[in-house]
Amino acid sequence: MSEFEPKIVAFVCNWCTYAGADLAGTSRIKYAQNVRIVRFPCTGRIDFMLLLKAFEEGADGIIVSGCHPADCHYTSGNYHARRRWMVFKDLLDFIGIDSRRIVFSWVSAAEGAKWAHLVNDTVSEIRNLGPMKEYKNLENVSSNKIGELIND
Amino acid sequence: MARIGVFICHCGENIASTVDCGKVAEISSKIPGVVFSTDYKYMCSDPGQTLIKDAIKKYKLTGVVVGACSPRMHEPTFRKVVASEGINPFFCEMANIREHCSWVHPKGEETTQKAADTIRILVEKVRNNEPLYPIKVPVTKRALVIGGGIAGIQASLDIANAGNEVILIEKEPSIGGHMAQLSETFPTLDCSQCILTPRMVEVAQHPNITLMSYSEVESLEGFIGNFKATIRKKARFINEELCNGCGDCTLKCPIKKIPDEFNAEMGKRPAIYVPFPQAVPNKPVIDKDNCTHFKNGKCQFCKTNCSAGAIDFDQQDQLITVDVGAIVVATGFTIKGTDFFPEYGYGKYKDVVTGLQFERLLSSSGPTLGEVRRPSDGKVPKKVVFIACAGSRDPAKGIEYCSKICCMYTAKHAMLYKHKVPDGEADIFYMDIRAGGKNYEEFVRRAVEEDDVNYIRGRVSKVYEKNGKLIVRGVDTLLNSTPVEIEADMVVLATASVAHSDAESLAQKLHISYDSYNFFSEAHPKLRPVETNTAGITLAGACQAPKDIPESVAQASAAASKTIALFSQDLLTREPIIAVSNKSTCVGCFLCQSVCPYLAIEREEIKDRNGNIIKTVASINSGLCQGCGTCVAFCRSKSIDLQGYTNNQVFSEVSALFERSEEYV
Repeated sequence: MSEFEPKIVAFVCNWCTYAGADLAGTSRIKYAQNVRIVRFPCTGRIDFMLLLKAFEEGADGIIVSGCHPADCHYTSGNYHARRRWMVFKDLLDFIGIDSRRIVFSWVSAAEGAKWAHLVNDTVSEIRNLGPMKEYKNLENVSSNKIGELIND
Repeated sequence: MARIGVFICHCGENIASTVDCGKVAEISSKIPGVVFSTDYKYMCSDPGQTLIKDAIKKYKLTGVVVGACSPRMHEPTFRKVVASEGINPFFCEMANIREHCSWVHPKGEETTQKAADTIRILVEKVRNNEPLYPIKVPVTKRALVIGGGIAGIQASLDIANAGNEVILIEKEPSIGGHMAQLSETFPTLDCSQCILTPRMVEVAQHPNITLMSYSEVESLEGFIGNFKATIRKKARFINEELCNGCGDCTLKCPIKKIPDEFNAEMGKRPAIYVPFPQAVPNKPVIDKDNCTHFKNGKCQFCKTNCSAGAIDFDQQDQLITVDVGAIVVATGFTIKGTDFFPEYGYGKYKDVVTGLQFERLLSSSGPTLGEVRRPSDGKVPKKVVFIACAGSRDPAKGIEYCSKICCMYTAKHAMLYKHKVPDGEADIFYMDIRAGGKNYEEFVRRAVEEDDVNYIRGRVSKVYEKNGKLIVRGVDTLLNSTPVEIEADMVVLATASVAHSDAESLAQKLHISYDSYNFFSEAHPKLRPVETNTAGITLAGACQAPKDIPESVAQASAAASKTIALFSQDLLTREPIIAVSNKSTCVGCFLCQSVCPYLAIEREEIKDRNGNIIKTVASINSGLCQGCGTCVAFCRSKSIDLQGYTNNQVFSEVSALFERSEEYV
């Protein structure tokens, strides 16, 4: 069996991390292909339901990255994202998703190399964790069975 | 039904060398909603653009996805192409398969697959796009300039000379700023006041400029073209209309020993005072904290001696609200305070002074009328040691940056001292001499060669007093780090230039960003050095970073030109990437209001036909909203959405992330 290739989704802000990933490109810094980038104006915009949705779609790991503290294009969106992340982490524990599958980071528009490292590190971390099975297991539970479980 | 066209660019070899563009086009053609897909060598070129236009006509496309470089590069180009064919430009999206794909991955199937995935994600977005139209807002053609130093003066004059109204506010009783305190300026040794004061007078007399001295910004609301600023006009206890500036009151005031701020506390002033003789406006102000009348009500000397009857002890601070379209922030800098250099004995030894204090000693309008006399005993110092980089470039002091002006003014101080005390000796301890600037290096050479100033490369570890002399202990790193001890009569510290202590609170009032040193941040360090990240607010002078006079003036004129360009339009056009609220589902929790960085969310009362309030909902001020979308993520009832990044769009993007494997179908 070939090595497990994790599927990674990156939710990034337009002003810092997206531009940082652009810089990695113009600097020709190579990194793993596993990542798919979704662009947002600001990490503050990222509804964390999107993260759960991404897991549902088959993602094995997620990167959320925006501007460094105090660098936010919108003054404070990144702080709200960070605050939401602190709460969301507890929710992940509650619903049984390993919080190591979500990597929260800051990558500025000047940090092309950091972006490449972030992707590579995340890929190897998720590779160690293995495929994300929690949601797939849930799908196998038919609605009848859920009913039985509840009745029990 | 969406009819989407996908256009894959080779970017010469840039994309095609690692991504199989033909295959990406082929895979894309199978995405639901895609009716046409193709690849081409240079999509941004004229033939490439024509190809897109022709396809839009031929296949009656309703949306376009261009797989090419970063949208930060060519999004405007392709949106224009699409718009020229009558499609709303927001139905064009770019999939970044160059910076985020071909340039960072090796040639191979996986790279091609990633490109195809990226296209699919954006196709899904376009399917959910909605037409958006640029927002038009009117412009109030009046500028607010904050700070009346040379930068604020220059910006005000430039904007006013272009025919616009300007309100210039200055927190001190007079405009002029630090430049008014200087004796002579490098590298020409022009008399600072001689070149500055005519400008000050011009400001005061300009028909388009309203000068408000002794005033500060209280708060700011609004957005580009439509700001509403509230200004606190502090009570100076003088009726400015009655006062004729005779100055009798200042002579009669019995309190005379207050350290004089204008003279960097080297001189004394009365409790009712005009900061300096050429002050604009030339009207005194009462220092409430030190005035006997305000302490115990026993003194009215100034009032009884004022022939104009202008003294008004009952005057209160006034809050004045003004509508302005643009703001120039020119609040300048200050220098590091007294207790910052215990090792140099500042505050302990009277003859250790800052550069600004030495400047006042050199100035003919200063406390010694231009004679260099040391503060302790009034004697002429025969040996003066100058210490450059006092605080600057010193991580241990927490100031890692170069204060920029000190090398030059220290050379100037040493030179002027030698001109005034020809038999005196001037030694300068320095780290590096940074004399970048027109005629600056020549100026430093002149100090060394013509005026015999002795430069010692090294730091000073300690200054202490011994037998009435100040012993400066340092090291000469050009002489094999030999320890040096100099017996000096006076020590001048070129202390670090820092942001004002209230810079942070001002930045928060104006909603502009600032760096870790509390200097205000420009929008882009190279390409937008004058604008802030808040549209309509520009920076001038040393409030952004330490700067000398020519640089401050240049930036002020640049800020003015940005402002004038803004005022040349009657209506402003803004990107429609803003939040909108759904007033029927909004439950009025106002969580959004608490997280909005722009105060763009307002309460709107929904009333029935009898005028009774049914509910209060969030309403977004499209002028204020900058489109970060933080409110959208916080909204519990999903009643706010961000145009251009709607929930529909982003959730469908996420749904399209991966080709669904069998088990999911």
